[in-house]
Amino acid sequence: MPSPSLPNSDRSASARTPGSGHRAASRLAAAAAVAVLPLTLAACTDNAAPSSSAGAAGPIQVTSTSDACKVSTASAKSGNLTFTVQNDGEQVTEFYLLAEDGLRILGEVENIGPGLTRNLVVTVPAGKYTTACKPGMEGDGIRAGFEVTESGSKPAVDGDLKALTDQGTAQYVAYVKDQTEQLLAGTRKFAEAYAAGDAATAKELYAATRMHWERIEPVAESFGDLDPKLDAREADLAEGEEWTGWHRAEKDLFPPAGFQALAAADRGKLAARLVADTEELAQRTRTVELTADKLGNGAKELLDEVATGKVTGEEEIWSHTDLWDFQANVDGARIAFENLKPVLEQKDPELAKSLDTKFAALQAELKTHARGDGFAYYNELSPEQVQRLAALVDSLGEPLSNLTAAVVL
Amino acid sequence: MSGCPFGGGQDGVERDASQANPTAGRGVSRRGLLSFAGVGGAGALAGLAAGLWGRDAVFAAAPAEAPADDTVPFHGERQAGITTAAQDRLHMAAFDVITEDRDELIRLLKDWTAAAEAMTQGRETGESGAAGGSYDAPPQDTGEAMGLSAGKLTVTFGFGASLFEKDGKARFGLEGRRPDALIDLPHFPGDDLQAGRSGGDIIVQACADDPQVAVHAVRNLARLGFGKVRVRWSQLGFGRTASTSRAQQTPRNLFGFKDGTNNLKVEDADLLEDHVWAQAGTRPGEAWMQGGSYLVARRIRMHIEIWDRTSLGEQEALIGRTKAEGAPLSGGKEFTAPDFSIKGKDGAPLMGIDSHVRLAHADQNGGVRMLRRGYNYTDGSDGLGHLDAGLFFIAFVKDPRTHYVPMQMAMAKQDTLAVEYLKHTGSALAAVPPGTRPGGYIGEGLFS
Repeated sequence: MPSPSLPNSDRSASARTPGSGHRAASRLAAAAAVAVLPLTLAACTDNAAPSSSAGAAGPIQVTSTSDACKVSTASAKSGNLTFTVQNDGEQVTEFYLLAEDGLRILGEVENIGPGLTRNLVVTVPAGKYTTACKPGMEGDGIRAGFEVTESGSKPAVDGDLKALTDQGTAQYVAYVKDQTEQLLAGTRKFAEAYAAGDAATAKELYAATRMHWERIEPVAESFGDLDPKLDAREADLAEGEEWTGWHRAEKDLFPPAGFQALAAADRGKLAARLVADTEELAQRTRTVELTADKLGNGAKELLDEVATGKVTGEEEIWSHTDLWDFQANVDGARIAFENLKPVLEQKDPELAKSLDTKFAALQAELKTHARGDGFAYYNELSPEQVQRLAALVDSLGEPLSNLTAAVVL
Repeated sequence: MSGCPFGGGQDGVERDASQANPTAGRGVSRRGLLSFAGVGGAGALAGLAAGLWGRDAVFAAAPAEAPADDTVPFHGERQAGITTAAQDRLHMAAFDVITEDRDELIRLLKDWTAAAEAMTQGRETGESGAAGGSYDAPPQDTGEAMGLSAGKLTVTFGFGASLFEKDGKARFGLEGRRPDALIDLPHFPGDDLQAGRSGGDIIVQACADDPQVAVHAVRNLARLGFGKVRVRWSQLGFGRTASTSRAQQTPRNLFGFKDGTNNLKVEDADLLEDHVWAQAGTRPGEAWMQGGSYLVARRIRMHIEIWDRTSLGEQEALIGRTKAEGAPLSGGKEFTAPDFSIKGKDGAPLMGIDSHVRLAHADQNGGVRMLRRGYNYTDGSDGLGHLDAGLFFIAFVKDPRTHYVPMQMAMAKQDTLAVEYLKHTGSALAAVPPGTRPGGYIGEGLFS
């Protein structure tokens, strides 16, 4: 028997980036395989409260074998339905809930290994549907009719959710493009000053330019090979590995006592490499495909970055410009949230409101550390100030982690 | 098996239970004392405290004991605490030797051997124990284990590289005795090791089913060592994350996943010989390690807060197993072998390329296995509102150069779980010598 305490829908890992290894490198890529199909059909869903209708009847049991797709009931009441799909066959299987036409997909759960059980949670309005198991993951599958009757709870759905989702995603794509362009322009200026030995200008440009990177970090990190080239910290390397990117320049510009400064030729090489790798990033970002779940997961990952790297002052151990990165990570998360907000307000207005409040509280605290165009250096903050920031990050991080599930349901 | 104090040992099991003799030797039995106190009541306790009855009186009053199943034999071909069924609790401590006097070090090792033997057999340390000595002297045993079961206590000793040499100079006349396998571990990507949680001249692993018993053991050894050693670091583990016997269930780590499903087990005698027990080495000076093992300890902080915000699907993909059952994502049940070739919808393997199980699996590591014996830990807060919690990783291997370093290097580079959610904050490597015979002492082969 599957545990009823597994409410999440299945997330496939089939598109994880092979061999990627640096920090969040493959997380976004992993998210690429998440079934986002419900979103594209969102116009047909309602947002019945979980306590209403079929949810109370418990999960619907599906047993998939090589020649059968047994569904424990042929009907349910509208609302959030949980299908618990057990693979009793010998092949990998998947399960679909299709519209009556047998084409439109309301939800799917794929890559269920033999003997395993997966849950599909999907919001289903009243109507006629088709269930399908696909042992071997080929063909039309083993299909049957499925009817959903009106549960009585029928909250209004305003607007066209699909259009809202597409609009939000398009806005975020534009944001990523803009940030990438600014990053590239800034990196060129920084590299020029750094290569020329103009340390004062390079130091001034360092933190401000990196903000464009930090705002779109999960997208940048989805290119597993570029991230370590551009953003590896010294401790991230194994013995004998070449250290390139921002943090090598950081150590050279904000040197610890006894540090042997880089020779002019090495600076020139490092600067040229930084520009070339950033150009490659900009090139690849142009074709990156984003979906609502990637925005949601990306926002969560940005807060993870803040919690593990920025709050602790580990990101910028020489320059202590962690608060620039901190602000940029929060910016990126907030933009993703705001792009999804019109959809979230339809699906879970409480969560939207909570996130609004918590982003504002964290931003207000960050503002107290603003100095001119930038921020206080992290080593100037008192332990109490760091603790306040950490608490606000956690306070935001918890509800933010529910954003993806809320918008893709 | 020449050079091995007992010969034989072909079954790989640490020692024959018939060697156990819990009441032999000197010292006060904790359970004997308890039953005596039970008979005599408060007056008897007061008498004991006043020193009116010596040790012999206590022994005379205590009923004869049958060998109890709450003790693990101390002496044997191998040290206990390696293939012993993993107990529930850990207290590990690292000591730095502050004397440079070889004889003093040997005396300490003898004292520690006697004390460890006594405590593992449920007895108190010293001749007069916790309450049987002079009223004017501090008790020899610290006393907090009085009345407690031995809790299957094992005390396992290992020697760190810094015992053999410091600043390039040999210590204690141990020129040429440092085994080649006792390397300085390399820096692994992402390591954030703290000096105060790493290294140490002598490592002591105390495991028991009762945390108070494990702490009592380390505390009393530390006390015996004052003036000769000082505690460098110490670590409590509150729950085992490995099973070392098929009779045990697979426990869960703080990510909520079963850990160590595919661990080496005491029943795998041939595999233990191949992967856990050290050989004589290539030089005569390192032959003393034959029949011992190498202990790798890594304090691995888990970012449990951000893990808890990660979707179930992502968690399972990172591990490569289902959360509830612990079955590999390629299908089956917990103990079904993972099938790394079986592919999902888009042609990518169901067991992700960067999944933890795949990267740690023997198939991906030249067939190399290890015996893991780690514990969950929490050490208060990190000061930022989070639990300082994670896994205190312990593994016993035949040779860390082949059986730990390559795998850990691959994981540190490619395992998204390790890169995103783990941080290594402490590290130690120790040469664990073979076991002792009654009358012998830990490390005797090294010092003879």
